[in-house]
Amino acid sequence: MATPKPRVKVPKKAAKGEVITIKTLISHPMESGQRKDKEGNLIPRQIINKFTCEFNGQLVFSCDMDPAVSANPYMQFSAKVNEPGTFKFTWVDDDGSVYETENKIAVE
Amino acid sequence: MASRTKSIATLFSAVMVCATGALAGGPVDEKLVIDGEMEIDTRIPAPEGHPFDEVISGWHYRTDETRDLEADSFQNPGMLYVERGEEIWNTVDGAAGKSCASCHGDGDEFLKGLGANYPKWNADAGKPFNIELQINQCREANMEAEPYKFDAADQKALTTFIKHKSIGMPMEIDLTEGDMQAWWNKGKELYYTRTGQLNLACATCHEGYNGNYIRADHLSQGNVNGFPTYRLKQSAMVSLHNRFRGCIRDTRAAFPPAFSDDLMALEVYVTWRGSGLDIETPAVRQ
Repeated sequence: MATPKPRVKVPKKAAKGEVITIKTLISHPMESGQRKDKEGNLIPRQIINKFTCEFNGQLVFSCDMDPAVSANPYMQFSAKVNEPGTFKFTWVDDDGSVYETENKIAVE
Repeated sequence: MASRTKSIATLFSAVMVCATGALAGGPVDEKLVIDGEMEIDTRIPAPEGHPFDEVISGWHYRTDETRDLEADSFQNPGMLYVERGEEIWNTVDGAAGKSCASCHGDGDEFLKGLGANYPKWNADAGKPFNIELQINQCREANMEAEPYKFDAADQKALTTFIKHKSIGMPMEIDLTEGDMQAWWNKGKELYYTRTGQLNLACATCHEGYNGNYIRADHLSQGNVNGFPTYRLKQSAMVSLHNRFRGCIRDTRAAFPPAFSDDLMALEVYVTWRGSGLDIETPAVRQ
């Protein structure tokens, strides 16, 4: 796959105080660093090593990832929404690239 | 053979009653509904002359977790390849300066149901064409581009996109065109011919023992309505001919080249065996 592309599924609106489910997926080969190519050389490790989710600047969820995580890592977690705002999702690649996306949510 | 198959099936359903869920390996009694909206026909009465009473998608033989992946198009990793395939569809390639979309539009109309009716008789080539062969012919003749090599990443993605446009539509091939019937006959013969050091025919496992374990895996009826399929084992799309070759390799036989006459005949016959099952592409399997 070419450039990693983040995908996020967040409800467009929620009731105040509601616990919502957030789904995220990013296309990424998650090369473990353990495999060898046809010539027997190690294929260098390249994985997403960190994922975070912030809501209005406040950390909601974060995790470190290690080489055993499969390609195209999928994350699902819950968050309690007390006010309208923006979820910001960040994936950090081994090569230093940062992939970001944002989703707004309204509160009724 | 038929009565033996039935007795195994009966025995097996008896086991199912006491065992729990998918772990038993037999087809689970669930419905595949994608994103809670699209119902997929995964169990249907078999067409006339079929060795089974009921044709069952491989989806029913997978674990709860794998089945859930397919039921949620967001989680289904195969959808990444559908997106990639759509990009390719719209990308100009070759000396003629055309993309697929130049002639066929965005594909919403042109591709609807198309993938469900392949393989199709191709009079010019004098053989059945599957999607991959059709793409390559179009690339050479109309786009003046290089044909894809077997299992090139772009070939798999584009095939996945095209098949996905027929998701939820029943697989049905036309055996009356050209020599399709002869190819079907040849495919049937291959299906029942034992091969390799392990002396296995396709039918040995997929007809005689579906619902049972083969090593740590569940044997399904071997239907092809979900191809190209996302296999967790490879973390990638797997084409039908790749799967054919893998299966034949596992019998420890020499395996025919992709898109060879043998494998095209097998594709015609095996597709017929799943007649009426809805297209699931991209299916998720173990």
